[in-house]
Amino acid sequence: MRTIIKYVLLDLIKNKTVLVYTFILAALSVSVLATGSNTSKGLLSLLNITLLFVPIISMLFATIYFFNSVEFIELLLAQPIKRKTMLLAEYSGVAFALSIAYLIGVGIPVCLFSYDLASLTLILSGLFLTLIFSALALVIFVLFKDKTKGIGAAIITALFFTLLFDGLLLSFIFSFSDYPIDQPLLGLISLNPVDLARILVLLKLDVAVMMGYSGALFKKFMGSATGSIYTIFCMSFWVIIPLLMSAKVFKRKDL
Amino acid sequence: MKNIIAIIFLGWAISAKAEVIKVVATPNGIHNAVRKAHNGDTLLIKKGFYKEHDITIDKRLTVIGENFPVIDASNKYQALIVTADSAVIQGIQVQNIGNTSIIDMAGIRIVNAKAVVIKNNKLIDNTFGVYLQNATRCYVANNTIHSNHKDELNGGNGIHAWHCDDLLIQDNDISGHRDGIYFEFVTNSHIISNRSYENVRYGLHFMFSHSDTYTQNIFKDNGAGVAVMYSKHVVMYNNSFLHNWGDASYGLLLKEISDSRIEHNNFIRNTVGIHMESTTHVDVKQNLFQDNGWAMRVQASCSGSNVIGNNFIGNSFDVATNGNMVMNVFDHNYWDKYDGYDLNKNNIGDVPYYPVSVYSVITEKIPSTMILYRSLLTDVMEQVEKVLPTLIPDKLRDDYPLMKKAKL
Repeated sequence: MRTIIKYVLLDLIKNKTVLVYTFILAALSVSVLATGSNTSKGLLSLLNITLLFVPIISMLFATIYFFNSVEFIELLLAQPIKRKTMLLAEYSGVAFALSIAYLIGVGIPVCLFSYDLASLTLILSGLFLTLIFSALALVIFVLFKDKTKGIGAAIITALFFTLLFDGLLLSFIFSFSDYPIDQPLLGLISLNPVDLARILVLLKLDVAVMMGYSGALFKKFMGSATGSIYTIFCMSFWVIIPLLMSAKVFKRKDL
Repeated sequence: MKNIIAIIFLGWAISAKAEVIKVVATPNGIHNAVRKAHNGDTLLIKKGFYKEHDITIDKRLTVIGENFPVIDASNKYQALIVTADSAVIQGIQVQNIGNTSIIDMAGIRIVNAKAVVIKNNKLIDNTFGVYLQNATRCYVANNTIHSNHKDELNGGNGIHAWHCDDLLIQDNDISGHRDGIYFEFVTNSHIISNRSYENVRYGLHFMFSHSDTYTQNIFKDNGAGVAVMYSKHVVMYNNSFLHNWGDASYGLLLKEISDSRIEHNNFIRNTVGIHMESTTHVDVKQNLFQDNGWAMRVQASCSGSNVIGNNFIGNSFDVATNGNMVMNVFDHNYWDKYDGYDLNKNNIGDVPYYPVSVYSVITEKIPSTMILYRSLLTDVMEQVEKVLPTLIPDKLRDDYPLMKKAKL
């Protein structure tokens, strides 16, 4: 497994896309944090960048990479290796590379310019988003045989979580606004890792009062230690379940 | 000539009568001194610790403390009660006033008196600091009023005025009380250059107080900011409302205010800069709204207000309202979110600005939608609404938005 990860990483370094991704993230973080006098505002902008770019880039890049290494995978599977081990090794390589890219691109500038709980939360949620969306890319890879279809599915999935889900949530809130929906809403939010990440970071920043103003429950629950643990728990599930699922599908997949 | 001689004689007579009585820290020292004194005398209280309480000053005395003598009410009683006109209390430290639910206990209480001067005192850890009750033409200045109240129920106010007229409250430093300054049925008064901060509830609280002016005050980090309610002809200018930041905090809360003016104030980092409810004819001119959650929340019940020439910079929401009815005027303001153009270079944008964002309309209707705060969806909706306004109250608009910041 370790050897496979090593070769995946070597390949990714040659690939240069990850390097460009790192560089863009770093450029964005430094420009946002260094220009603004208010670090809280800088973190908010970085949060927006993280919530938009990390899911889409991780998703697309991982999907394309998996599809491109189909031949490598087939070659490996001719060796006496378990399919599950091989798949997880592929995933680990990609997820590790993207996480390192995020850590260097956003983590280091953030730690240099404003090192506090909020920025640590931002880094943590960014890493989680990377892991989650690479895992989802793996699911797409095992479900689709055709590369074009797979990329299409990846775009739709990323858009779904960054945009469409919130739209559905909004229409849900609108339709049921006469009922006490705060608690169901908390449950629904857990279904979208992007929203979870957003709320987790927002509640660590001082703009949290904006949420507390109208939805005291969100702040009361999500802002507490229990809420943070719950959020992290949910996000871990978002990594583990797609991985297990893809391993299961891949086991029986006709290559 | 006769008159002049008469005046000289009169003056001599008065000055001969006015004595300076020195008071040192003995048991009941101040009590005895007040009993002995006559109208016009001066009590010079030497530095020391006076464990005395309920000292009633019922003569026209000037009470001066030397290096802040301490009057300690042992957390049970009140300290000074002034019932005489034209008394002066100066340079004294009053501390540890009692706390009961029956009487509002105060460090210095002025009851039914005129022209009393309270200046340069320190009032530490009291339930109420200075309490003016049916007082007229009093002057409260340069006092340091500090307490450590934790909740609204047990605390009292820093300066509490009830049924007064023509007060001047100036240069006081008030913190840690329930309300910094509280006015109820107070008319024709001025509140100038005070600092009111870290109070449990409001920095300044106005009820039924007409024709008052407050200027150059700083209200900072108060639990709920400043509240002005049920009053008319209130003038507020050059005040700073800073960092009143919390779930239910306002920079300035206006409720049932009419014919008032709010000019040249700074509203910086408040959850809500100004919250207006049922106001009529309130002019909001040339103020700075910066980094607030909501710069202004103008309820549909407000009418005839003019919001003119203000700068709105870096607020999450510029204006929020709860209906489509707009009976107020928003003109000639600078909005940092304005992205229109100015072809004829007259510094006024050629397309109107709609300060109510669609997301603020939605959150106002259904507060739960705040869970989508700062999500990509809300940004997209904002952009769509800009191109094709459907949800936002289109009558609430600035037809003459400034291209550059207004000079305040």
